[in-house]
Amino acid sequence: MNANALLTRLRGQIPLLVTAVLLVSMFSVGSVQYDGFFSGQVVLNLFIDNAFLLVVAVGMTFVVLTGGIDLSVGAVVALSTMVSAWLVEKHGWPPLLVIPLVLLMGTVGGWVMGWVIHVFEIQPFIVTLAGMFLARGLCYTISIESISITNPQYTAMAQTRIPLGSLFVSPSAVIALLVVAVGFVVLHYTRLGRNVYALGGSEQSALLMGLPVQRTKTAVYAISGFCSALGGVLLTFYMLSGYGLHAVGLELDAIAAVVIGGTLLTGGSGYLLGTLLGVLVLGLIQTVISFQGTLSSWWTRIVIGALLFVFIVLQRLITARRR
Amino acid sequence: MSTATASPVKAVTRYRLFWPAVVLAVLLLANLAFTPDFFAVHLQGGHLYGSLIDILHFGAPLILVSLGMTLVIATGGIDLSVGSTVAIAGALACLHISQSASPGSLGTVLTAVGIALGTALVLGFVNGVLVARIGVQPIIATLILMVAGRGVAQLITDGQIITVTSDPYKLIGGGYWLTMPFAILLSAVVVLATVLLTRSTALGLLLESVGGNPVASRLVGIRAARLVALVYVFSALCAALAGLMVSSNVSAADGNNAGLWIELDAILAVVLGGTSLNGGRFSIGGTVLGALIIQTLSTTVYTIGIPPETTLVFKAFVVIVVCLIQSPAFRAKLAGRGARARRTARPHAAAPKNREVGA
Repeated sequence: MNANALLTRLRGQIPLLVTAVLLVSMFSVGSVQYDGFFSGQVVLNLFIDNAFLLVVAVGMTFVVLTGGIDLSVGAVVALSTMVSAWLVEKHGWPPLLVIPLVLLMGTVGGWVMGWVIHVFEIQPFIVTLAGMFLARGLCYTISIESISITNPQYTAMAQTRIPLGSLFVSPSAVIALLVVAVGFVVLHYTRLGRNVYALGGSEQSALLMGLPVQRTKTAVYAISGFCSALGGVLLTFYMLSGYGLHAVGLELDAIAAVVIGGTLLTGGSGYLLGTLLGVLVLGLIQTVISFQGTLSSWWTRIVIGALLFVFIVLQRLITARRR
Repeated sequence: MSTATASPVKAVTRYRLFWPAVVLAVLLLANLAFTPDFFAVHLQGGHLYGSLIDILHFGAPLILVSLGMTLVIATGGIDLSVGSTVAIAGALACLHISQSASPGSLGTVLTAVGIALGTALVLGFVNGVLVARIGVQPIIATLILMVAGRGVAQLITDGQIITVTSDPYKLIGGGYWLTMPFAILLSAVVVLATVLLTRSTALGLLLESVGGNPVASRLVGIRAARLVALVYVFSALCAALAGLMVSSNVSAADGNNAGLWIELDAILAVVLGGTSLNGGRFSIGGTVLGALIIQTLSTTVYTIGIPPETTLVFKAFVVIVVCLIQSPAFRAKLAGRGARARRTARPHAAAPKNREVGA
């Protein structure tokens, strides 16, 4: 490999490298600045507190890689918490029945949106926006108030600690990491993954090459719907309640995580492990703000916005130069 | 050609504003069934009162935001940041008035309005540069301000709700002038000015040209980038004006909830009014009708006694139905199904017609 080719390869990795450097430097600064910041448990807490975001962001990565966008994820998460809480608490259904049902609901919802997007050639943005309206509205038709969960199986999931030496993680964090692993394998080692990248690169070419465009497109939205529903289930474990106002703005966090993780918003190029880094960056911002104590929670949103700005401009500059 | 030969009924239904107007009329009539004096407007203490006036009054901010959104969508873009701009404008104005020594003076209020509009100018310019110069997709470019903007609004208000008592400021959103609520007059003036500017000059045509085909527009000598940046600035200014109205009406700025979801309502209003989301053509009259439909829908939901939160479900169905009707693929499929049914009856007649609809 000559130097030029190496440089071109490296240039594609710049956003990812920047994210990695950002993550390490944020952690280092935090460790120097605050007592008790430099500990394994702080790192593990990032996974525990952001397990649901990580799962949702994995689904979003699939969608963004095809060049689409899914604005319904936050609302689907909220609907999942609401349906779980309602069925378990008000109707006494067993969690082992409710959880698969919620996951199925999310998957089918995503599949339908993908189908409408492809068959009727409507922009993904507007279809998933309608999905967002619908899911949030359905939350309120179930109940306007928050429903708290006292079911022993749910509380057990919330309180279980899996020991890791002297440290611990929650089952949700383990599930989230499993989802990342499965997503990684699917994206990089299966035919579906290849098709996702091909579709994002150029839908026209993918179609001409005889790739199953419709099946791939409906599949990614179904995956995103499944991940959102699973994220909702994990959030139910975390919050022990169902509420229509849960996860407001989560779609933006998920998109931010995907972008900061180096996936191009125009599709066709990106890394699932980058999304993991993106979620960790967002989580670390929150951790720093809580350690600081004097900073208010809205700084999180401002910093996320600023990061999004920097990374999007960076992406544009890199892709513009490549062309 | 076909309109000349078609019956007068067909000519009316083809008119662009026909369907939005019908929907609005049906909604208003449905209200009449629930509240018999729905259309009554009476004069009391020199002010006009009535449900219709209320709809116009509370719909004024949405009309303004939708107006800006219409021009953005006409260029093929979208502006998700309007809700945050509403919140920021209200927060800045209320902060200035509450910190001023004489909150009731006209000078203070004018400065507050100036600060809010000036900030919106900068915000819109940032959006415009991101879209037009750097070439970021409009959804993403404005998403940044949508995320960060709410944080900024909360930063300005320090997470509190700032209340103000200032008569001149109260006039903007809650006051009356010439018997009419001032907000209605203000939005009417802005809408009329925009209609004049876009329809009696070439500006509207240029915007539609840029939305239809940006590259071709640039090649024939239209400064596409400058026009695109301009519509984002205009959208931000409209949103800021709406933010002033909202905060003035309740005499308070709420960084967290002011203008929440308004970007979605505005997009819905534009789409209901018959403006295509793909850009290339727009109808300001349609947008105003669309905004009034949404406001009437909200009013209806309140009067009938359905929990207001469930309006979201209705809106979702409206968005999907309207988008399906707008989608050429959907119409082609419907026509295709009709053509297939006809083809089984008359094998030769329908085939070329089907192709024409598909294209």
